[in-house]
Amino acid sequence: MGLPDVLKIAFVLGFFVFGLTPLMVIVERRLSAFMQGRVGPDRVDFPLLNRLGGLLPGGLAQPLADAIKFIFKEDIIPDEADKLIYILAPLMVLVPPALGLIVIPFGSEIAGVPLQVANLSVGVLFSMSVLSIAVYGLAFGGWASNNKYSLLGGLRASAQLVSYELALGLSIIAVLMMSAGNPDTLLGTLDPRVIVQRQIEHGWNIVGGGNLWLLPSGILGFILFFVSALAENNRLPFDLPECEAELVGGYHTEYSSMKFALFMMGEYVGMTIMAALMTTFFLGGWSLPFGLNQFLDGLPAKEGQILPLWLEGLLSVGVFIGKVVAILFVYVIIRWTLPRFKYNQLMDLGWKRLVPLALFNVALVAVVGVLTGGTK
Amino acid sequence: MKFKTWLLKLAIRLYIPAAIKGMRHTLGRVFQKKATLSYPEELHVPRKGYRGEHRLKKDEVGRMKCVACLMCQTACPAECIQIVGAPSPWPDREKIPVVFNIDMLKCIYCGMCEEACPCDAIELTPTFTKVAVTREEKIYDINKLLSR
Repeated sequence: MGLPDVLKIAFVLGFFVFGLTPLMVIVERRLSAFMQGRVGPDRVDFPLLNRLGGLLPGGLAQPLADAIKFIFKEDIIPDEADKLIYILAPLMVLVPPALGLIVIPFGSEIAGVPLQVANLSVGVLFSMSVLSIAVYGLAFGGWASNNKYSLLGGLRASAQLVSYELALGLSIIAVLMMSAGNPDTLLGTLDPRVIVQRQIEHGWNIVGGGNLWLLPSGILGFILFFVSALAENNRLPFDLPECEAELVGGYHTEYSSMKFALFMMGEYVGMTIMAALMTTFFLGGWSLPFGLNQFLDGLPAKEGQILPLWLEGLLSVGVFIGKVVAILFVYVIIRWTLPRFKYNQLMDLGWKRLVPLALFNVALVAVVGVLTGGTK
Repeated sequence: MKFKTWLLKLAIRLYIPAAIKGMRHTLGRVFQKKATLSYPEELHVPRKGYRGEHRLKKDEVGRMKCVACLMCQTACPAECIQIVGAPSPWPDREKIPVVFNIDMLKCIYCGMCEEACPCDAIELTPTFTKVAVTREEKIYDINKLLSR
């Protein structure tokens, strides 16, 4: 493991896990406040910066203050709790999404180093399988608290996450088929990097991956994936596991101090990785829209690169982050727009709508792909 | 069934067009005016005619207008006004108050005293943020009412 690897790991951990999460917390709090006609937390600023002369909005240091508060709060473990599992549960919520981030290609390359922590040929499988571990954290947290509300929350969480994982996985299959390396066999690839490169060459998967006949199934796949991702992250309108009105706080009712903060962080990292997966699978990863990448490579007329390669690499990272942040922004808007589902509606949507639709999408991609001369 | 109604029903069943419409509304709210005031820097300005704490008015030569007629005390539904009159030193009126206490904790700020006053001597000001640490401080006497 050389220096580039260390730097990449540091970037993924430092930015996507410990950088984007606090930023997301404060942005969400401010945005939620704006949507409700409030101002939100705008008092805690970094000392000495003086908001960079009014450039920065107020309250950016609020997550830091929250973290300090969380650390100094009393850490209560209930007497009747199953101590080992109780302590393990928050870690099991936080670690899997962070682990899943290692296969995400967050940029093209700088100085010949591909910007991806681990270039796995089965990256898609890896991230999906690692992400599904997170459900244990929620179920264990609910069980170990020895509290009826927590248990109900954990039960709901496990049922919901298992149900929607199916739709999530099925909606990706269509993408994998679109990303077929070989147009005759429709055999796809499981390498996220190859999926992104293919989208740069042919077109984003959300618009059919270069085949206009596949446009409906690209959009359908994206919507299916998005809805399932909302459910996987326990975000509104699918936040039944921690439904405050009925279950106090759901699986994390009994948690306090930093353990609760870990649950929160796990949730936000989960959102980040879902947004990153969406970007990779459907929105062309680090690529710019409208063939701008080909333009930057100087393909049409001019010879050679327009930007130096390292600058293009940095730009690609910026584009990737921009797409992720845009999706997270939509998450926030949805949170304050849609009301929570009832549990039967949740199961109904998952099993009777999303799963059949995802299966239908797979069939659609297969049939249309073959009829219109492969998926390129 | 007409095609248009069919399309509309489909859109409703799909749920997504409605969700997007709602999201646009939510996004629009972001840019609207905020209801919150950042309190110590921005102060709430009451509307015109806001009924806050009382004051007693003076006439153009600086004498209090009140003639201790007890109309406000009679009109007050909360019975928070206590007036003791005395003979007036001035020829144009019979009485002036020597005690004029208003218990601001009892007062319901209805403005009936202002309505009832025949001399236009009592008035409700827009002030509403005066703080006290004891109950006695909240009983405003004649000097306090005149000085405001």
